Amino acid sequence: MNRLMERYLRLDALPTLFCPGCGNGIVQNAAITAIDNLGIRKDIACVSGIGCSSWIPCYYNMDVMHTTHGRALAFAQGLKLSCPDKKVLVFTGDGDCLAIGGNHMLHACKRNIDMAVIMVNNHIYGMTGGQKSPATPKGVRTKTSPWGAYDEPMEGAELAISMGATYVARWTTAHPVQLEKSIRAGIEHKGFSFIEVISQCPIQSGKGVYGDKDPSFILNYLKKNSYVYKEGMEEPRGKIKCGILKHDNDKTEYIERMQTQLQQYREGKTAKEKKGGAKNK
Amino acid sequence: MIITVDAVRCKGCNICVSICTKQVFTLSAKRNNYGTTMPEAVKEKECIGCKLCEKLCPDAAINVEE
Amino acid sequence: MKSQIAEPHLRSGRKVIYQGNEACAKAAIYAGCRFFAGYPITPSTEIIELMSSEMVNAGGNFIQMEDEIASACAIVGARWGGKKAMTATSGPGFTLMQETIGFAAVTETPVVIVNVQRGGPSTGQPTMSSQQDIYQVKYGSHGDYEIIALSPSSVQEMYDFTIRAFELSEKFRSPVVLLSDEVVGHMREKITIYDGEKKIRSGHRNYVVSPQEDFYTGNNSLVEGQLHDEEGRRIGHLPSKSSDFIQSISQKITNHIDEIQDIETFFMEDADIAILTYGSVSRPALKAVKSAKGIKEHYNLSVGLIKVNTVWPFPENEIRRLTESCKYVFVPEMNIGKYYKEVERCVNHGTVVSMPKIGGELHKPAEILEAIAKEVGHHE
Repeated sequence: MNRLMERYLRLDALPTLFCPGCGNGIVQNAAITAIDNLGIRKDIACVSGIGCSSWIPCYYNMDVMHTTHGRALAFAQGLKLSCPDKKVLVFTGDGDCLAIGGNHMLHACKRNIDMAVIMVNNHIYGMTGGQKSPATPKGVRTKTSPWGAYDEPMEGAELAISMGATYVARWTTAHPVQLEKSIRAGIEHKGFSFIEVISQCPIQSGKGVYGDKDPSFILNYLKKNSYVYKEGMEEPRGKIKCGILKHDNDKTEYIERMQTQLQQYREGKTAKEKKGGAKNK
Repeated sequence: MIITVDAVRCKGCNICVSICTKQVFTLSAKRNNYGTTMPEAVKEKECIGCKLCEKLCPDAAINVEE
Repeated sequence: MKSQIAEPHLRSGRKVIYQGNEACAKAAIYAGCRFFAGYPITPSTEIIELMSSEMVNAGGNFIQMEDEIASACAIVGARWGGKKAMTATSGPGFTLMQETIGFAAVTETPVVIVNVQRGGPSTGQPTMSSQQDIYQVKYGSHGDYEIIALSPSSVQEMYDFTIRAFELSEKFRSPVVLLSDEVVGHMREKITIYDGEKKIRSGHRNYVVSPQEDFYTGNNSLVEGQLHDEEGRRIGHLPSKSSDFIQSISQKITNHIDEIQDIETFFMEDADIAILTYGSVSRPALKAVKSAKGIKEHYNLSVGLIKVNTVWPFPENEIRRLTESCKYVFVPEMNIGKYYKEVERCVNHGTVVSMPKIGGELHKPAEILEAIAKEVGHHE
């Protein structure tokens, strides 16, 4: 077995419940590589919701919280605020984050609270058997869209940018090296980091979204039909936009803002009291 | 390079076979724990150590070492 | 018979005039609560408003979340970061929190949730009191689990019971609900409070089924919402182990009901008629008992009061014992008649009479006495 993963996984919990060729396993490896490179195993906790991708951290021999559907971000914010000096890594999926968890995602982005979120996007509700998710492309047939999905899909990374997340990246499972680097940068970044990973679900969405159930075919497809965004480039249409889509180090993070504001208030209050005291004399 | 594929972990998805740029792996006659075909690093000497197979194996079954 | 709660503070306190909600917030800080997440909702809003400054001044953390669901989730997350945590809401918000309360019960997370009840259902009566959530607090979340709920009837009890809620949640590693209502939440009374911080032992080891340490202590804790074994690994697919787990989660509370239950009695030594109350209805009921001379004279029946402070787990044995020689047990409640059913199940000899009152007003002492006289008059 892979030496690095052997050190980090709960071996008695294996095999994972992921299907053969599932993209979640690739994300699992990339996240561990990032955590190991940073050397923060004791100072990071993982929080996840419900869904196949939310099972990723359950196999880690680390502090893990496997919470309720869509609410991972709410739990994570509570955890972060109680231990502001420690790191939190959230695993969620396209259904967990954009559907039921949409509200929490909007507010967490807006707060720019310091945590890293990995949203594994397989365009489907995989765990429950292949129903349409908010990220299912238009026209794709799923168990709950038998005549093809009616809606345009939601784009998690763009939503995160518009709501104020300060490190936003999108990669596919066909870009494991860049993905690992982004996860590392996202954890290190002081602010809300949102990393969307387009991942293959060969069993549930393989046929509908990509045309084939073979994981290698899908990986090949993802590699060929994505491009790495660079500012100022002419963007090809119909391809997956990958890359670091936003990296803003200037915007202040939530806890920092909170502490600064409190400090300012207290100083202002003391100054007022001193002034008042001087007057009374 | 020494390339090992763990028969207990491998689920037989064959991503490694397709993805390797040097075609180091082929589907062997060996069977993994699930009874499906499993890759074998037949062309170990061709390996350039990019470790893409390690990173892309969803079950961490592959280990590539010097 | 006085309250069975051991006096939580041996040092002398100081007297203040507090609002019920204010007392609750101050008590939480005294009990060591250092995280509050909430969402404003009448009639609990005073708690979140006070906490926004007091919690920070006490060195803790406060956040107003985007909804009640997020508030409940945030306090569970914060408790795993090692900080005692609390939220406060009312009926509609409490309904939203149910999934997370179930999660806290299954993962054995000690948290305190305050429900300042108002008229329901749905938006209902935002500014009027009720006790309509008495069943929601026990059965609100899906699945089989046990909950501890305390019901204060005065501002002093809002203060004392909040402290007790934290003690019980840590001891039994369970969510505990402080089931208050608008009357008690908004009234002002002179009470005794204490300064400083009461040391409440966290993470009591005895009453936990799957002990997981706080995060960031190097223990690789696995907090899992699915049914799990002592290590945190899921066992939901194994019927026998699943059954054992659910039994254990419930029994850790029900088997130790003697350590939880708290019932006060007044004039019950030779009572023929018992009035059984919880929460704010205890106030007019006590007045009624004290003025029940008429019933004594007319029917030669003494009236006493059983005031249940811990409404759940239901103190069945104790109530059965207390009502052993009672001919009647009257249960006035500010709802359509709910808790009386529990009483009816366990009272052996007497007739249990429900006295429901909905609309938002407390029972008047005269109303209670008239209802008793009417019922007794039929039979005697």
